[in-house]
Amino acid sequence: MTAVEAKGDILLLDLASQQAHLSRYELVRPIGSILQKAGHACHVIHYSDLRPEDLQECGGVILCGTALMDNGYAENLSAFSWLKDFCRPVLGICAGMQVISAAFGGSIVSHPSIGLEKIDIIQASPLLGGPRAIEGYMLHNFAASLPEDFMLLAGRAEAAQAFRHTVRPIYGIIFHPEVRNRWILESFAAGLAHNRQGSSYETDLCNESSQ
Amino acid sequence: MRLGVLFSGGKDSVYACRLAMEANSVSCLITLISESPESYMFHTPNIRCTAMQARALGITRLAWPTRGVKEEELDDLQAAIAAARDQYAIQGIVSGAIESVYQAARVQRICRELHLWCFNPLWQADQLDHLRRLCREGYHTIISGVYAYPFDSSWLGAELSEEKIAALELLQKKYKINPSGEGGELETFVLDGPLFKKRIEVLRAEQRYANYSGQYIIREARLVEK
Repeated sequence: MTAVEAKGDILLLDLASQQAHLSRYELVRPIGSILQKAGHACHVIHYSDLRPEDLQECGGVILCGTALMDNGYAENLSAFSWLKDFCRPVLGICAGMQVISAAFGGSIVSHPSIGLEKIDIIQASPLLGGPRAIEGYMLHNFAASLPEDFMLLAGRAEAAQAFRHTVRPIYGIIFHPEVRNRWILESFAAGLAHNRQGSSYETDLCNESSQ
Repeated sequence: MRLGVLFSGGKDSVYACRLAMEANSVSCLITLISESPESYMFHTPNIRCTAMQARALGITRLAWPTRGVKEEELDDLQAAIAAARDQYAIQGIVSGAIESVYQAARVQRICRELHLWCFNPLWQADQLDHLRRLCREGYHTIISGVYAYPFDSSWLGAELSEEKIAALELLQKKYKINPSGEGGELETFVLDGPLFKKRIEVLRAEQRYANYSGQYIIREARLVEK
């Protein structure tokens, strides 16, 4: 991952309770490696260091997960209020999904799970594709409820496994895609690349959501 | 944070320890000594030599016996981690898991049960990149066990050099073996590295090999000043 910020890069937000936390090797670095191997530039910023210009310059944001014991993000939800007005694609993973839910009026709920679980995708989306069952790696003590203006893609409204905003390209998944589901990260990044080439992935998403 | 490292003496647990020490304190190494060669999680041919590695690293080792019976091992692991928490006041556990969901999920569950942090700093690392980084950083690692076709006896005791890594890369392409041994294809033992205050010199070792399965068993070794 490069420390040089290039316009259009994918911004990986580290949600750990401390900067340079040991957990970044496990929960942030693999995401960056997968994206880079797929040819997409990205850089990492700790959420406490996020500046408005970082958001303006990036092509999209991935909010990364945290270690199982690390719930510091839930005590700093105001740090994610920018999500309400951010129009570029966002993917929240685990803790990242929870802060998206909270930013849009949903709740973070106790829902511990560790290991591989079946995920029934019930609604088609550009990111996850059509309805079918997949297997995802869970590592969380908390999950997120479905906020207003969001559509359930998998799981239950009280504890969603995947959701998306009905209009904006904002997604949340509770499972960790670096295990068995790297294609989700590649699909998210490919959408951003599509955007940069002129055709609007965001518009595509909006069109689909209004169908 | 005070951490305990699950330690087998192989390259992954040694390097996980190195990453943990960047900004944390490693208070102890935790080694499960399995009585069963069929152990799912803990058996390695030179597990008893971890005592010498711990001395070379200057970190206390907590050795915990296990009969090596499949699910019982997890109870033993939990007991070992609980003992490490109580004896060394550790706040978290570090493992060298790279891809094994079986291993990582079980350690995560134990840590949750014991209210400990759990870190897997090599998680999902590219296996060839990981091997090359070990070489580049000056870790001296030998192959201490092979358990898959087409490994022959020449691999046993060989140092994990750039040449050997290139050979592993070819085997990955041809036979889909995991070059880092994540699928149990091979095991390693670290003799020296930047973390080591002294290096280990093998004085006498024995090889056992048949049908693409073999071990390099260290019978006598000593610590040497660096």
